[in-house]
Order: sequence, then C-alpha cells, then structure tokens
Amino acid sequence: MAKGNGTFRIGTGAGFSADRLDPAVDLAKRGELDVMVLECLGERTVAFAHRDRMADPRRGYNTLLDRRMRALLPVCGEAGTVIISNMGAANPRAAAERTREIARELGLKGLKIACIEGDDVSKSLGKNEPFMDEPGTLADIGRPIVGMNAYLGADAIIPALEAGADVVIGGRLADPSMFLAPLMRHYGWTKSDLAKLGAGTLVGHLMECGMQITGGYFADPGMKDVPDLSHCGYPIAEVAADGGAVITKLPGTGGRVNEATVKEQLLYEVHDPAAYLTPDITADFSRVTVKDLGQDRVAIANAGGRARPEKLKVTVGFDAGVAAEAGVSYAGPAAGARGRLAAEIVEARIRKIHGIKSPLRVDVIGSSSLFATAGKQRADSEDVRLHASMRTTDRGEAEMLLWEVESLLCCGPAGGGGYRGAITAAVETKSVLIDRALVKPIVEILVT
Amino acid sequence: MRDIAHARAGDKGNTSNVNIWVYDPDDFELLKRTVTPERIKREFPRLIRGDVKRYVIEHLRGLNLVMGEALEGGVNASLNLDTHGKSWSYLILGLALDDGEPGAGR
Repeated sequence: MAKGNGTFRIGTGAGFSADRLDPAVDLAKRGELDVMVLECLGERTVAFAHRDRMADPRRGYNTLLDRRMRALLPVCGEAGTVIISNMGAANPRAAAERTREIARELGLKGLKIACIEGDDVSKSLGKNEPFMDEPGTLADIGRPIVGMNAYLGADAIIPALEAGADVVIGGRLADPSMFLAPLMRHYGWTKSDLAKLGAGTLVGHLMECGMQITGGYFADPGMKDVPDLSHCGYPIAEVAADGGAVITKLPGTGGRVNEATVKEQLLYEVHDPAAYLTPDITADFSRVTVKDLGQDRVAIANAGGRARPEKLKVTVGFDAGVAAEAGVSYAGPAAGARGRLAAEIVEARIRKIHGIKSPLRVDVIGSSSLFATAGKQRADSEDVRLHASMRTTDRGEAEMLLWEVESLLCCGPAGGGGYRGAITAAVETKSVLIDRALVKPIVEILVT
Repeated sequence: MRDIAHARAGDKGNTSNVNIWVYDPDDFELLKRTVTPERIKREFPRLIRGDVKRYVIEHLRGLNLVMGEALEGGVNASLNLDTHGKSWSYLILGLALDDGEPGAGR
C-alpha cells in the first residue's frame, strides 16, 4: 500500500502538545502519506493530563484533540492515511471515544479507531521503586502521586495496525515507536532485524519533533536563515525497505531541510549517540550518515542497534503545589538600577518580613535573567523587567509573592509599571523502571 | 563561537545536552579545543553542577555535550524563566574561541 516511488511515506502532523494544525492539514491533503503521526506528549504534559483527569474523568487527553480530529479525520480518510497519536495522554479511552463521536458527527462511516491502554502502571508499581537516574525511591516523594505511565513500544502499536485501524490512539506511546511500528508492519521487519529497527528508530527520532527538522528551533538571522517560517511545513520521511530514508517537506511550504537542520535534530535530547534507549531497541546513531541532496531533501542511513533495554521507563508525576510568577517593568535612564533595587526589596520582604523559605528567584530581564546563574554579567538595557518566581506547596505564600510584587507600584522604585502575576498548578516528575512482564498493553477497536 | 558553529539544546530530567556543529570542516579542531568538559565546568560552576561528558562525532564534525545537574531541577522544578534550558545552546555559543591568544578559552 506504499504510495510513492516504492517508499513508505510518513509525515509528522504535530511534534508537541501545542503544535500548529494548518500545516498538518496541508500535509495530509498533499503529502500522499501512508501514515501521519501526531506526537503530543512530554514528561510535563502527561503529568498535567493526569490532573485534568482527576478533576473530570472524561478529560485527561490532549486539549486540542477535538480541533485536530475535526480537521484531519476527513482529509486523512480521503487520502487513505492512517493516523497514529499519543493524544490519549492520561485517558486514551476517553480520547478514542471522543474521536468516534467526532467521526460520527462528520458522517465518517466504518472508521476503525484503535484504543491502546495499559501504559498506566499505577497499580503495578511498589512504593519503594528506586529512581532511575538519581538517589531515592518513590517513598521519598512525600506528595500525592497523580500518575505513573510506562513507555510503550512498537509491539503495543502493531496489533492495532494489524486489526486495520484507521486511527490509533494511545497514551504514553514512545515517540519514535509510533514511526517504527508502521514500518515494521509494512516491511515485515522483526524484532531480530536490529539494524532495521535502528533505522526506523532514527526516522522516528528525527521526525518526532515536527518542524524542528524543517527549520523550526533553528533560525539565527545572518548565520542560519530560514525562508518563510510563518508558513513552515511539517516533515515527510520517505523510507525504503532497508530502512534508509529521505527527509523532506512539501513543495510550496516555508522552512528548510538541509544537512544542518538534520544534524541538530540527530542528537536532540540524545546523550550517548551510540546508545539511544527506546522500548524497542538500543539504537546507535554514532555512525549515521547525512547527505544533502538539495531542494530540501536529505538522505540518512547507517543507523544501528543492539538489544532493547530489559526494563521500561516509567514517568511518575506528583502534585508539587503551585508555581507563582510576577513582574513589573522599568524603562529609561537607570532602568537597570531601579529594577535591581526592586529585586532587593522583593527578596527582603519575602525572606525577612514574611519569613517564607520556599524556593524563590528574582531576576531582572534585560539585565540578567536566563543566564543569571551562569554568572554572565550583561550590559543593562534601558527597558528591564523584574521577574519573580516561586514554587511552593502553600498557596498563601504564592499569593504573598504576587501581592509583594504588585505593591512595588506604590512602594518600590520610581517609574515601575505593567504589573502582571499568575499562580498555576505545578506537577513534578521522576523516572523509575518497570519489568516488561508487568506492562500489558491492550488494544480495543471502536467502529463508527 | 557563533561565527564558526551552530548548536541545539535539549533536556531530559535535570540533564541538559547541547549538540554543536561547525560550518567549515577546517574549524573542527578549533571547536574541539574550545569546548572541553573542563572548560564548561570552569565557566559555569553555579549552573552546571554535575558531570560533563563530551561525545565526538568525527565524521559529521560535531560534539555532543551532556551536562548533569544543569537545569536547576529540570523543566518541572526550575525557577529559571527558561525552565527547559533551551537557551543553553547560546550560552555555549557565547564562549570565546580558544585561538591560542592569551586569555582565550582558559
């Protein structure tokens, strides 16, 4: 069923939870895709999704699911393109049922929606599981745990494809596995074809962040110019039977695919290039070749792989109270000096007058903020903003921070204006490992 | 460094990685001299608190810096405005080149 010149064509239609939709519709219409992957889940978003589900058992999936499905189901249906997504987040069942409702409203008959569950391992893990990459165990968290999700691999997704699903929706499906699974199914790759699993994982890794390989998160005027970023196109991978692939994008879209965009993404969030761990394989990207073919086409090859990790990674999210942020701006002569004076006042009020000990940080944007702890002293701008942030499990402390920053309007340095403040719920995450035998993915097909 | 190289930052937990690539292959030795784990630890002691490892991808002329305890707690705990440390790529690209001149890269 491959559509273009004997290769299997996979497109990315979202590379993170808040990614753009209109370029995905364009790609679904014109891309002649076999599969479109919507990757919408991170360490942070899965934890927040659990909070949504606790507040309302019908929620807990990607908040843009309705918009995405309404726009993409009809065009993907017309093009015969299978959608694979982890938009189910903390509630794949509700996401699949909602997708079926939308499909029915759109009059799409006979659509098969596969729901993959089993990543929620909150009932399978003991209290004393050690953290994966730091000292301590789950028992040390001391705060309410909101969710525990194991990363599911291609072996959880393939049964859904074998059942003929048009749409596959899961929760914590590992990002590259959503690309590898349809390749394994289409080309008949097995678990022992380690080089091919490595190649398919490389395709998934390069594609999973969407426009980060077509010119997004890349432009640096004068050094790395990217044409028409406001119309940036999502990527397409044309994958051959041996796993070699060309990364490209639709003609007529903005952005750029070249050796540099591919190399930056090759090691994005990678530690040891020879040991990139997924549920499917220990992938080796250290000898990957990157060949620029021109016209936004780049060939990749030579990924390798060794046996998959014995255990699966689990993201554990817990309630961390709230995060408070507040700011006031200063402009004109000596703005930096006035901003720094304001910062001293806020710190003194919070620490000395109110005796609050929760983590607090006060920066002066335009003088020193993002790199403040890196010890970089910059020249002051004449347009600076005090920015105070605090994390606390006591909402009263967070409210006090906002109050103190707002009070600078009358009680602080001269000429301060533009107060804004916000308190948001905070979720923190830790990682642990789980035996594969304790994780049992289940696929159910819903039909419209 | 921005004159000779480009870079991208990523985060996993409290670990930051920055991959760095030269535009011109002739600058690769200069890049390797400029970006060493020892120098990163020396330049940013309050920010980069853990071990720093450097992987060399010789055939693509790139480096991958992996910096432990480098994100002020990580994306869900950091009080930095940039909780992901997305801007760490430009922290590294802001380093002076080790061109052999007194003071540079030391």
